[in-house]
Amino acid sequence: MAAPRAPLHLVAPLWNTGTRGIRGLSRVAAPEGNQKKGRSLLQFLADRFYDVQALREYLLRKQAWKMHQKNRPFTYIKERYGPYAAGAYFILKLGGAVKFQGKEWIRSNARGHFSLDFLKLQTVPVEAVDASGCAINYQGLDSLCEWGGSGAPCICPGVVGSRKALSANTSPAPTPTVALKELQVLWLQRCPHVDDWCLSRLHPLANSLQELSLAGCPKISERGLACLHHLQNLRKLDISDLPAVSNPGLTQILVEEMLPDCKVVGADWAQGLKLGQEEQ
Amino acid sequence: MLRTASRPRWGRALLARGLGSRRGGSAPDQNGKVSEIKKKIQSVLPGGAWNPLYDTSYLPPEHSDVVIVGGGVIGLSVAYWLKRLEKPRGAIRVLVVERDHTYSRASTVLSVGGIRQQFSVPENIQLSLFSIEFLRNINEYLAVVDDPPLDIQFNPSGYLLLASEKGAALMESNVKVQRQEGAKVCLMSPEQLRNKFPWINTEGVALASYGMEHEGWFDPWSLLQGLRRKVQSMGVLFCHGEVTRFISSSDHMETRSGEEVTLKRIHEVHVKVDHSLEYQPVECAIVINAAGAWSGQIAQLAGIGKGPPGTLQGTKLPVEPRKRYVYVWHCPQGPGLETPFVVDPSGVYFRREGLGNNYLGGCSPTEEEEPDPGNLEVDHDFFQDKVWPPLAQRVPAFETLKARSSWAGYYDYNTFDQNGVVGPHPLVINMYFATGFSGHGLQQAPAVGRAVAEMVLQGHFQTIDLSPFLFSRFYLGERVQEHNIV
Repeated sequence: MAAPRAPLHLVAPLWNTGTRGIRGLSRVAAPEGNQKKGRSLLQFLADRFYDVQALREYLLRKQAWKMHQKNRPFTYIKERYGPYAAGAYFILKLGGAVKFQGKEWIRSNARGHFSLDFLKLQTVPVEAVDASGCAINYQGLDSLCEWGGSGAPCICPGVVGSRKALSANTSPAPTPTVALKELQVLWLQRCPHVDDWCLSRLHPLANSLQELSLAGCPKISERGLACLHHLQNLRKLDISDLPAVSNPGLTQILVEEMLPDCKVVGADWAQGLKLGQEEQ
Repeated sequence: MLRTASRPRWGRALLARGLGSRRGGSAPDQNGKVSEIKKKIQSVLPGGAWNPLYDTSYLPPEHSDVVIVGGGVIGLSVAYWLKRLEKPRGAIRVLVVERDHTYSRASTVLSVGGIRQQFSVPENIQLSLFSIEFLRNINEYLAVVDDPPLDIQFNPSGYLLLASEKGAALMESNVKVQRQEGAKVCLMSPEQLRNKFPWINTEGVALASYGMEHEGWFDPWSLLQGLRRKVQSMGVLFCHGEVTRFISSSDHMETRSGEEVTLKRIHEVHVKVDHSLEYQPVECAIVINAAGAWSGQIAQLAGIGKGPPGTLQGTKLPVEPRKRYVYVWHCPQGPGLETPFVVDPSGVYFRREGLGNNYLGGCSPTEEEEPDPGNLEVDHDFFQDKVWPPLAQRVPAFETLKARSSWAGYYDYNTFDQNGVVGPHPLVINMYFATGFSGHGLQQAPAVGRAVAEMVLQGHFQTIDLSPFLFSRFYLGERVQEHNIV
């Protein structure tokens, strides 16, 4: 049906008159960046050559695949050394820090290397995890919160090689067990890929989690904060500096009402209010 | 027809003639002529429509492999998966025909936007599970180079279904099926319910099922726009018009047991332009009926249901529009940020909307009280009489609510068993259905799109088996009754 195309096939701009309106609309509605008049050469070429567009799409998918690789579950380590060691290895590989019960903080050095002594501690639970600034996402939190749970379906849509998305019924539903059962402290400050979906994933840690810090995560909004009410043992919650939250002061009040036993640190409730002249 | 003029083999000659015939005139006159000539040159170069005489860009193309009737979330999802699963890239030409480009009456944008896995039919649960995975990774599935990432504003707050004494056993068995399929649902007793949500009055509630994860609500308009943008970048054509006629041919054949069967095949779709008598016949191989509440009319155009009742020819598509109201109210002492999407045993539902103590909700009327689906006018007495009293009984804080606004939308209601119709028609062999979801179409759209695309491209369902949802069940009388309809 499609004729074989010569390598650099010149085509008219990708829009027909119908689509120009929609694409134009979507660009106008974009929050930042697209209002600049001059378009870069790459964008210009991608709009006119199929091959450049395919290359850019491939680069985009490769980026997503890299994220996916970073957050892959270490099933062999889990089977051999237990869930605590696997969780610790995962966090250390991403560049974070782990604290076992009764031991000191283990961190990877500047070159990303860390000692593998903790693999001997198979029954010592992990008490605290510091994943600040790490590229952890929903799939990565799976290996912390639940073992063999819903992380099974492989999500990355066919980038390199043929990866097919598994549907829910091809993997037999295993009994979910929480991987890091005694986790008490979780720091996710400034994580660029932690979003509302990740927060909804934290509910299996409800029995043990006491301190949670989400300061500076760019993708978290008040919708994700609403599902923190599962964490009834939480005593300290840090929600400062969340740029995607629409109304920080009001959100702070609502979260405090939602978690009455918890100390919520974050925006000052008067932040959203107009300051009077004398307070200025 | 002058419109079917041949491709630019003669382009160069006409170009020379076009340029050569330019006469000198006054300055503004010359500017107008220059722009006209520029337009003609553009239409002659490859990629432009060859129409030097008059503009036909508003008409659909004359040939298209697949014509999708209906440009809502289901139609766009089918278009997306067709383009994604096609084997040689660019093999299939897809045309989406939508008669209302403002989507003013489409069920997609008027929907409350909830997604849940708490169904009783296992196929519905699987569809919903895939769809939530699609929504979670929407920026990988629907990524368009140079466009900003999509934010569908998902609230992962979960659904809370309440059951009275009568429905408790059914709810327990449903939850068992849901957990087997992989949904994260837990059962709660009235005691636990009071501890967790102190604003609920648990009188009359024997059991509750609460979705811990993968359930909530989102913005259907952003999903629609995201799909539209991605699908256009993949090369699907859009047409603003209405399908008025199908031209088909019939074949009289005999089954193995000697019965006579008439198989029909649609050859052309007549697409009529808005506010005009003009129409374009589009030659097509496959027609997909994703027209939502109006799918019954499209099926009638194709001749489905024209025959003696009780036979396969006489089985109509039992999808009709049903009007549903949604009301928005404000209640300052109402439930807080943790409010899930609550569904009362009486059928009344509500959810939180935003941070300002606003809530929205409604109720499905009983069969006798069904409003007339001719228009989208809202009946405010329905709120006073049928929605507010059960709400106030369930959540005492809602006694002092103040109604803010309301709207109405259509369910593409399947009168047979309130579940979707997916797959080809047994007699009209190239018409595929993707309709009849009766209020849970939005939450199943990504998965249904993939199922229909698999059916079209491979002839059978591959990932999720939706054979219980085929059209033939209407003739055979096999109901797939869904108990958890909101």
